[in-house]
Amino acid sequence: MRELWNLGWVGGLTAIGFLSVYTARQNEISSASLTYAGVFLAVFGLAHIGVRAGLPNADPWLLPLAALLCALGLTEIYRLSPTLARDQSVWVVIGLLGFLAMIFLVRDHRRLEPYTYLLATTAVVLLGITMVVGTTVNGAKLWLRFGGVQVQPGEFAKLLLVVFLASYLREHREVLTMAHRRILGVGLPAARHLGPLALMAGISLGVLAVMNDLGTALLLFGIYLAMIYVATGRHLYTVLGLGLFVAGSWFVYHSVGHVQERFHVWIDPWAHPHTTGYQIIQSIEAIADGGVFGTGLGRSLQVLNHGQTIIPAVQTDGIYAAWADETGLAGAAGLLLIYLLFCYRGFKIAAIADDGFSKLLACGLTFAFALQAFLIVGGIIRLIPLTGITLPFVSYGGSSIVSNFVMLALLLMVSNRAVERA
Amino acid sequence: MNRQIASLFRLSAVAFAVLITFTAYWQIWAADSLATRRDNARLVYRQLQIRRGLIYAANGHTVLAANHERHRNGLKLFLRRYPFGPLFAHAVGYNTVGNGRTGVELAENDYLTASNNDLATVVSRIGSELQGETVTGDNVVTSLSVAAQRAAATGMQGKVGAVVAIEPATGRVLAMYSSPSFSPEEVGRNFPKLLRTPGAPLLNRATQGLYAPGSTFKTVTAAAALDTHLLTPDSIIDAKGHCITVQGLPLCNAGTESFGPITLTDALTNSVNTVFAQIGQRLGQNRLEEYMTRFGFFAEPPLTYPSDEMNPSGLYHNGHQLKPGAPVDVARVAIGQERLAVTPLQMAEVAATIGNGGERMRPTLVDRVLSPSGRRVYTQRPESLERVMSPQSAQDLTGMMQNVVDEGTGTAARLNGLTVAGKTGTAETGVTGVNTAWFIAFAPVTDPKIAVAVVVEHTPLFGGQVSAPIAASVIEAYLGQGVAQ
Repeated sequence: MRELWNLGWVGGLTAIGFLSVYTARQNEISSASLTYAGVFLAVFGLAHIGVRAGLPNADPWLLPLAALLCALGLTEIYRLSPTLARDQSVWVVIGLLGFLAMIFLVRDHRRLEPYTYLLATTAVVLLGITMVVGTTVNGAKLWLRFGGVQVQPGEFAKLLLVVFLASYLREHREVLTMAHRRILGVGLPAARHLGPLALMAGISLGVLAVMNDLGTALLLFGIYLAMIYVATGRHLYTVLGLGLFVAGSWFVYHSVGHVQERFHVWIDPWAHPHTTGYQIIQSIEAIADGGVFGTGLGRSLQVLNHGQTIIPAVQTDGIYAAWADETGLAGAAGLLLIYLLFCYRGFKIAAIADDGFSKLLACGLTFAFALQAFLIVGGIIRLIPLTGITLPFVSYGGSSIVSNFVMLALLLMVSNRAVERA
Repeated sequence: MNRQIASLFRLSAVAFAVLITFTAYWQIWAADSLATRRDNARLVYRQLQIRRGLIYAANGHTVLAANHERHRNGLKLFLRRYPFGPLFAHAVGYNTVGNGRTGVELAENDYLTASNNDLATVVSRIGSELQGETVTGDNVVTSLSVAAQRAAATGMQGKVGAVVAIEPATGRVLAMYSSPSFSPEEVGRNFPKLLRTPGAPLLNRATQGLYAPGSTFKTVTAAAALDTHLLTPDSIIDAKGHCITVQGLPLCNAGTESFGPITLTDALTNSVNTVFAQIGQRLGQNRLEEYMTRFGFFAEPPLTYPSDEMNPSGLYHNGHQLKPGAPVDVARVAIGQERLAVTPLQMAEVAATIGNGGERMRPTLVDRVLSPSGRRVYTQRPESLERVMSPQSAQDLTGMMQNVVDEGTGTAARLNGLTVAGKTGTAETGVTGVNTAWFIAFAPVTDPKIAVAVVVEHTPLFGGQVSAPIAASVIEAYLGQGVAQ
């Protein structure tokens, strides 16, 4: 009941959002805006019924929060291009179908546990295929092309990695915590237990070096470190891991031009304002334009003649900049607080879950959302180097939407079981 | 594991707090500096969506800067058009999207974009913005006379230099022309090319060009001598032949001219260097510089105009302005040499001040500002800056300058049925046959309506030959059209 109520006001907000974009566009209230909101509410209403039927005790906040993020993203994408918004709506529907399929086919996340190595292999194979036959976009190999559809395997690799790590670490957390031998006074576990973990670290760096995808590399590695930390409670691994990553990054920085360029652009985007620095400068100027309360939805300058946007890739990388422009600091902070609330619910599920696999899974999934949001928002506001990953549930992109809904389904499964057992 | 989960949540919370803080940094602290960056597309588009106010000539109906309306993607954009092309390019200036703006377009930008603080303008602008209507700026009526400006441009054709004309009684700038000029509409498209064009057409020589004033400066020396009662027009000074020696170097009269004891009037009429050098020595540096300061030297011109398009006149050393009291050769300053560098605007002010009975008026380019509906938003009233000299001194000096035109070096400025007072100047640049030729004048003598300064650079001719006829044509064109217009 609470979930439905929450979804209700999400639908209302969506209607208001589309309405304001519409009035800014045509100076008239069109039925299309209400149609969007109506369809949106209906689709999520169905998802709600699915969740209540399949997972009666699932957390009542996560689905409405995800719906809200989707709605905000869809509104902003609609404002940028109604054509993209239509595509995105289709992806949301596909994502929700995947979400329901997970709930009804998998039902219990623990059924994934036996497939640990299969999942890990799949992730590695996915990334490997992309490395070899991937399509290069903006200097980074991120895409696999199937006919007319482009898939971003990194988005799914992230999901598979979390499941693998949850399972592997649950099994090995004791041996990883125990010291097998001591080196320089620091207890280290046996090499054979560290092997798969070191392999994962290597894969992250490989992603960085071969695919030129700093965003996915950082994301995978961040999830990896966080989950090891949660499993073992030892800062040693975090420090070791960070050291390893810094060393690896330094090596990659000096051997891969693309990464070096990203770094220079981050330090001084105004050195090349019309080429490499263009995207970040336009993003920052858009954000600054918003001020405290924003220009109003649909009222900022985002799209030029012939549909060209001022910020390159505004619907994916730059969605936060466009949102901050139109809704100001109030809207931007609101968006980030939604993520924080989402994190809060996610970590809470992890805390009340009663078995290691569930805890690690919920924790990893939640942290993946948080870290991904942090990386892209931090990049677009020039807090950290800009990487081309999506803002979960908000950015335009099919792979991202579908994988996020699958992750949400897993999170709800954990919560359902945790509450059941509590 | 719950302890670790809790710290992971705390880490996430801190990370999001950092994101919010950093976003706030851009949106609050850095917003202003980012909004005015030239690469900011928003700024450009916002400017293009404002219907800038029109700029008119003094008659209030000839449009000097207009708008060309374009529709793009449902947006109404306004591009600036200048119906007179290069004629008013420097005075009115240009307004571009990527290359800034100059002249009146910059100086009066607040009015032209309706972003001034006039209450009615603010209310009307906010009203327009709320209703999504085009913001329309206030119209600016300048003091520029099309006839005088045309005459200046015609006279300067093929020459390099500038013309400034001022109404002595009010300080209104009637003409401001710099040659070579440029097409202001071309600035947006061809800025780099214009920057490289020989002759530096973008430079406003009328307000920025620094030239040795030559003998026109003798009017300043004479004003100081008369007003301090050192001399009268009839005082006799011994010119001591062709040359005198000042600071170990010979200081000579032009050509082979040689004079004995002559009156001050004759000395000005024939521009006798050896006399004015002695007057400078007798005045002393302090008194001469005191009068220079009163005329406006050593200071930013008091014109409401972009400050980086104006230069102060005075003494310069290696491109740096010297303060009054710096060690100079006062005898050579008195005849307009040494390290004197002046703008045509400054010399027009000198002529206008003498013509106005010794009272210096603030030079102005704008007569009034009108709201789009025609209501008066701002009216410029004549403003007296300083009494430079007594009316008697000014009258004496006027008589002497009239003599210059009637029978001296400035006879080329004589006009039928009109009395003209003037002074020639020819500054040698150090290269034989390359002079800076000056003429300053005002007319009619009894009730001056116009004061003019003309400078022509890189000419083999003298001020009386090349610049005086241009000044005369500007005066004639302006007075001929009927001053009332």
